Amino acid sequence: MASVALTNLDPASRAAARGWSDLTIRNLFIIPTLVFLIVFNIFPLIYSLGYSFTNFAANRTEPWQFVGLQNYRELLSDDHIWSNFVITAKYVIVSVAGQMVVGFGLALLLNRSFPMKGLITTLLLLPMMMSAAVVGLFWQLLYSPSWGPINYVFGLGDFAWLSNPDSALYAVAITDVWMWSPFVMLLSLAGLSAVPQHLYEAAAIDRAGWWYTFTRITLPLVSPILLIALIFRTMEAFKTFDIAYTMTTQPTAELIAIRLYKQAFQQWDTGKSCALAYIVLIMVLAITNLYVKYLNKVKER
Amino acid sequence: MAAVRTSSEVAFNRAAIAAVLVATLIFLAPIYWIASTAFKPKELAVSVPPTVLFEPEVTPFVRLFTKRVQMQKPVDPQVYEAAPWWEKRIYDGGERVLKVGKDVQLSQYPDRFMNSLIVAVISTVLAVGMGTFTAYGFSRFKIAGEADLLFFILSTRMLPPVVVAIPMFLMYRMVGLNDSHIGLIILYVAFNLSFSVWLMKGFMDEIPKEYEEAALVDGYTRMQAFFKIVLPEAATGIAATAVFCFITAWNEYAFALIMTNRRAQTAPPFIPSQIGSGLPDWTTIAAGTFLFLLPVAIFTFLLRNHLLRGVTFGAIRK
Repeated sequence: MASVALTNLDPASRAAARGWSDLTIRNLFIIPTLVFLIVFNIFPLIYSLGYSFTNFAANRTEPWQFVGLQNYRELLSDDHIWSNFVITAKYVIVSVAGQMVVGFGLALLLNRSFPMKGLITTLLLLPMMMSAAVVGLFWQLLYSPSWGPINYVFGLGDFAWLSNPDSALYAVAITDVWMWSPFVMLLSLAGLSAVPQHLYEAAAIDRAGWWYTFTRITLPLVSPILLIALIFRTMEAFKTFDIAYTMTTQPTAELIAIRLYKQAFQQWDTGKSCALAYIVLIMVLAITNLYVKYLNKVKER
Repeated sequence: MAAVRTSSEVAFNRAAIAAVLVATLIFLAPIYWIASTAFKPKELAVSVPPTVLFEPEVTPFVRLFTKRVQMQKPVDPQVYEAAPWWEKRIYDGGERVLKVGKDVQLSQYPDRFMNSLIVAVISTVLAVGMGTFTAYGFSRFKIAGEADLLFFILSTRMLPPVVVAIPMFLMYRMVGLNDSHIGLIILYVAFNLSFSVWLMKGFMDEIPKEYEEAALVDGYTRMQAFFKIVLPEAATGIAATAVFCFITAWNEYAFALIMTNRRAQTAPPFIPSQIGSGLPDWTTIAAGTFLFLLPVAIFTFLLRNHLLRGVTFGAIRK
């Protein structure tokens, strides 16, 4: 038996003759992670799916009743929830559009060699690494109508960014643009540096103008990575909770995640909040699916 | 660009670099404001016009770490003279430091900071540990439905925290894990595990299979090859993944807000809760924020070459 194993040149099966088989090792390495994720992510979701069909309230002791689809029906016909979705959509569009423009613009400016480029790029990336809740809180001081530096610099007098119902959401979006433009910038830089130089050289020989070069060479080659940045930021902006929650209490800035939090942990309407959580979850999963699809596409290139 | 440069191209280049510098200053201004407010005298934090240059002092940090009360009448000069420098700064502000006997009473901040540290470090070790093994499994072995499994793993990362928090809160309440370090650690491991698997898989894919195969031929078992050949090769990747997981856990807000309130509360929900009612003391809040952001700023510089990989889950490399 031993001599057979020694003449076999396949390294994996030779190792298997000594230690654990590859199959054992594979299972040992992968199964605990899968089990962990199922127990702490999937099982809770099944648990809350069950509650979404009940009138359970976590702060009361009386028994809950099965109410069928009533929670879902009520939610989908509730104007408040719809307005929360509209607020969220506005927020996603404004903040993601801002991030794409500022981030890609910064990347175009940075896409040349100059002294201390590495240091400056890293400094620009700092905002996105920091805690949104804590930094968002501090923007309250920056936006302050009485002593905030923003109003002072722009001569806005006592404009109350965060307590004005019309501006609160956009004030939060501006902070989000400040935080996450660097993310779009980072991805765009990678896309720009991957554009082959000889294409630009050929365009220069043909005396192509700046605009022509930009729309015919740069944009088409960078767009796959821009799309990834766009989908990822859309997904994250849709889920936004912390930055908006610590910055303002205006109902006009109540994003869907904040609504969900209040319904679950302030009104203790547990059953209904489980149903709302499921509506949000399905939307997030749809965007995630799209994201992974494009991620794999870019990876293959 | 092209080798021949016209003067307009040179001018454009200069303008672009100038614009980059201006943008950098704008992006750093809020961070400068946090850092500078942490060293300002109280009245300069809310001055009109805003104060940019001033003589820095560390009194906000003394206030951050101590429990204090307003004094009804001025301090006895003898007591003031005998007090250490930092206590004098508190007396100067019309307050006194609370003490039990001779021991200074600390504020809640150091506790909350320690909670953040404990939870972030332990959850990082677990998430990166499990993630490294799993990534190796996915990188080296044939797995039925590999793409679907990897998508499943990634999708757990995309779940909105509040959505997961509702059932977890109920389950934790049943088993008594609310407001406990372990409860928060489990949530952070679950959250970071998928990220760690994806990022580590990228690093594992870059280590040539031939290294282990040579070791297997030389008489190593697969496990020996993994520990002695693969892990040392993956060290940089493991370190980068760990720093990313640490930062995520360190910054996390929603789970911490919902699951903790006293004993295990971390800094992110604690710092905003200091605002309270009335005029907030922004210098003390800034001091707390400054200390909290400092590790992340340092880590960002250490990570600078891996940031792109990190934010794209290892899919895009430089």
